[in-house]
Amino acid sequence: MKKKGNKGLPPISTASLPDVIFMILFFFMVSTTMRDQELLVRYRLPQATEVQKLEKKSLVSYIHIGQPSLSMQAKFGTAPRIQLNDSYKTTKDIGDFCAAERDKLSEADRAQMTVCLKADEDTKMGVVTDVKQELRRANALKFSYAASKSLGY
Amino acid sequence: MSTDKRKVQEINAGSMADIAFLLLIFFLVATTMNTDTGLMRMLPPMPPENQTQEEIKVKERNLFLVLINGSGQIMAGQPGKQENIDLAQLKDRAKDFILNPMDDPELPEKEEKEIDLPDGGKWVYPVSSGVISLQTTRDTGYQSYIKVQNELARAFNEVRESVSQQKFGAAFADLTKEQNEAVTKAVPLKISEAEPKNIKK
Repeated sequence: MKKKGNKGLPPISTASLPDVIFMILFFFMVSTTMRDQELLVRYRLPQATEVQKLEKKSLVSYIHIGQPSLSMQAKFGTAPRIQLNDSYKTTKDIGDFCAAERDKLSEADRAQMTVCLKADEDTKMGVVTDVKQELRRANALKFSYAASKSLGY
Repeated sequence: MSTDKRKVQEINAGSMADIAFLLLIFFLVATTMNTDTGLMRMLPPMPPENQTQEEIKVKERNLFLVLINGSGQIMAGQPGKQENIDLAQLKDRAKDFILNPMDDPELPEKEEKEIDLPDGGKWVYPVSSGVISLQTTRDTGYQSYIKVQNELARAFNEVRESVSQQKFGAAFADLTKEQNEAVTKAVPLKISEAEPKNIKK
């Protein structure tokens, strides 16, 4: 007499499935960073070959410039906007923004604060220069033009 | 039998995969993969407001002007000798300007400077006094500006690379922190950015 269980194929063991999934999980935990803010503007970064990595993420503050995102365009139009933290601001608010960001850091790190400008490649230099002037006025002098790495032209 | 009864009951691990999946999906959604890269620059500090802005005198031979107009065209050269050039030529022009290999009296002068080396010694290197002045108009596109910044950075990086090879026999990227600082002092990144012309306020 044959046993019942021997008739079909034996079921595939799923005992190692959690291990596999955990492995993928750890990979993602290590290789990614937390998404810190919701973007209200759309931008495509310009490309450059001589880019450097931004060292410490905690010391970096971001300024975004670009067209309002699609869901916001009905309300705000398509003229380029500056986004600080989670809302649209003007260049006048940059001084306060820098002061607030600097207060978040410890005393020792304040000199290392970096401002990273993420501007759309179609932005006009007028806006960028206004932002830079405000940063100079706010004495936030470490500055980075965000650009994506390209492999030459 | 008594041994069977005492055996600790096994925890059901069947739902472990589900829990792991849940965590995985959370991390997939809440994180981003890309690391930020960019061109690092130091902005010049703002002059005190009560100070009258004096024109800083720079000798003509020490100045290299780069102008970008609204349609992305580049004009570069020393004062009075600027010409329309292509982006691809800019790097070599800038390199010639920084290096001044033939000690041309038209190109920037060099100043012998003592630079501290990590091993305690001194290194005398003729540091160029040249300044690259970058000017844009208010309607210059950001993309063309970054391209020019990138070309200038490339010129400086290539000069640093060759200095580093000559002095330390290693690539600039492989130098120790102190050596890196020494080379950076020998070839300082001198890009001056004037406020854009025709500011109307």
